Amino acid sequence: MSLMTAHEALDQAVAEEMHRDARVLMFGEGVATKRKHLLDAFGPQRVRNTPLAEGIIAGTAAGAAATGLRPVVDLLFAPFLCFAMDEIVNSAGKLRYMSGGQFSFPMVVLTMTGGGWTVGAQHNHNLEAWFVHSPGLKVVMPSTPEDFKGLMKAAIRDENPVLFFMDMALAFVPGEVAEGEVFVPLGQAAIRREGTEVTLISYAKTVHTCLAAAETLAEQGVSAEVIDLRTLKPLDEATILASVRKTGRAVVVHEASRLCGVGAEVTALLSEQAFDALKAPVVRLTGPDAPAPSSYPLEQAFTPQADAIVQAATQLVARSPEVAPIW
Amino acid sequence: MHPSRPAPTRLDLLGAMLRIRAYEEKIVAFHERGPFPHVCTSVGQEATAVGVVSALHPDDQILTNHRSAGHLLARGADPGRLLAEVMGRSTGYCKGRSGTLHISAKELGVILTSTIVGGELSLAPGVALSRSLLGGEGIVVCFFGDGAACEGIFHESLNLASVWNLPVLYVCENNQWQAFVHRKETMVGDHIAPWAASYGMDSLTVDGNDAEAVLEAATRAAAQVRATRRPFLLEAWTYRQRGHMEPHDQSYVDPAEIQTWLAKDPIARLEERLLASGELTREGLEALRADARAAMEAAADFATASPYPDPSELTAGVYA
Repeated sequence: MSLMTAHEALDQAVAEEMHRDARVLMFGEGVATKRKHLLDAFGPQRVRNTPLAEGIIAGTAAGAAATGLRPVVDLLFAPFLCFAMDEIVNSAGKLRYMSGGQFSFPMVVLTMTGGGWTVGAQHNHNLEAWFVHSPGLKVVMPSTPEDFKGLMKAAIRDENPVLFFMDMALAFVPGEVAEGEVFVPLGQAAIRREGTEVTLISYAKTVHTCLAAAETLAEQGVSAEVIDLRTLKPLDEATILASVRKTGRAVVVHEASRLCGVGAEVTALLSEQAFDALKAPVVRLTGPDAPAPSSYPLEQAFTPQADAIVQAATQLVARSPEVAPIW
Repeated sequence: MHPSRPAPTRLDLLGAMLRIRAYEEKIVAFHERGPFPHVCTSVGQEATAVGVVSALHPDDQILTNHRSAGHLLARGADPGRLLAEVMGRSTGYCKGRSGTLHISAKELGVILTSTIVGGELSLAPGVALSRSLLGGEGIVVCFFGDGAACEGIFHESLNLASVWNLPVLYVCENNQWQAFVHRKETMVGDHIAPWAASYGMDSLTVDGNDAEAVLEAATRAAAQVRATRRPFLLEAWTYRQRGHMEPHDQSYVDPAEIQTWLAKDPIARLEERLLASGELTREGLEALRADARAAMEAAADFATASPYPDPSELTAGVYA
């Protein structure tokens, strides 16, 4: 085991994959400047700075992926994806299908999002559900340095375009990463804590909030299971269903806004396929339908907190019909 | 010219243009009979397609736009499989998944037909990056219109291709119309080619309705890209003879403009040149036209006889 941050884990993953496969390259705004060790190791052909132009970065990645390379592009902050939506959604996501399978798009789009850095709404917007909704794409949003490494390696080796979201609050938090090969297949959720009475389902930094809530719940005599989705598309439906069939109750927690969010999908899945097992309605605790504020107290109010999860889970277990939203 | 491919003769150029025109006329005929998918024809722009594509080598790659039938046919596409794709049949180049607007044909080096105007410009540097890093002599040709040139992605694409020394031959078919709007309403000046200078890129403007002139210009431009591994912008001055899409509608176009450009029809011009020089007789010309029409009849028969994809395949191939 070694201790490293998510940033370091990502860099290690990219470096290992670049060693393994000469077709892997990385480019984006400041990539060669800020990842100088990659530049030193692999040279300016494979580690490149780009103009501050997200559309052409993503389009170039799509064109390169279609013709034999395996690009990883860094688009910095998730709201900037709006400049690259056409290239990611209309080209990378659709052209495999539209070409009748003639071309594949093995590329990774890396971007940061989430509260904690008080960067405000034009640098912080949890857009992951947009891409889950777009055919042909895969979406990853890990919570631990080890998963950052293992999922990045899986994303680079995948033949499809993968959106890789880094929750900013996790970027510089150290965690243990196994030595040697670390590989986490796309589409497999992790059970972070086992429990029997309620399932807390989350991804990215709110997984840790759920784990803190589960500790408190345990002290109160409530046994909570915590599921880290890790990959939002493909969604590991089997793990979600198995857990909720066991516990009979679910709280879905994420920072992205509620309407048509990943929580809505998980809730619908449970109503469609685990209805008989449910002992109480599924509850969603999410960010509001508001741009992410910059001011720290507002940003914290925006983000689901452990006490709200504890309250929701306690009320579910008590079969209370009313669960107050957090905002 | 590539050592393995002799330069096309003037008769070759004419034959290729006649096939494209016959294909488009077949599409129009299907449309008039209806129902038939909406299509954007390239009637009037045949010289650009044939002139540029004739200057290419087999290992060159092409990205193009919604008026792509000419480019694909000039590259050697089977008109039956093209028509089948337009009609949504499983024998089409993309198994009926694309339709007329997004046909690609890997075996011909045609990576993309983009109907997102400018989409081809966004992918072109990446395709050329692959050529640069994976080796080979091939270059990448990106066809786009004056409409796409007014998009930000045009400037992003040229800038990156120049900064990164990518072997892209940008071919702007300035056909005067941007969907339903004349370019005079939307762009400064008449020409796109001068914009290349801002990106440290050489350029050339050519009479896009003169197949021989296009071939010569494209051969020079492609040779420069091949030698320098640097991008180049070729602007072909041409005209979209039909409405933006079928059914045909040019009610919004000045009739004098249409007449001016019909008088410069690229096929008629080359026919007259060949008849005047004695390289072609009236009978020979009629035979060429009949051959083109017959090829498209056969293509239509193939396409209409082809099966539709099975609905059970609806979601096949979304993911690798």
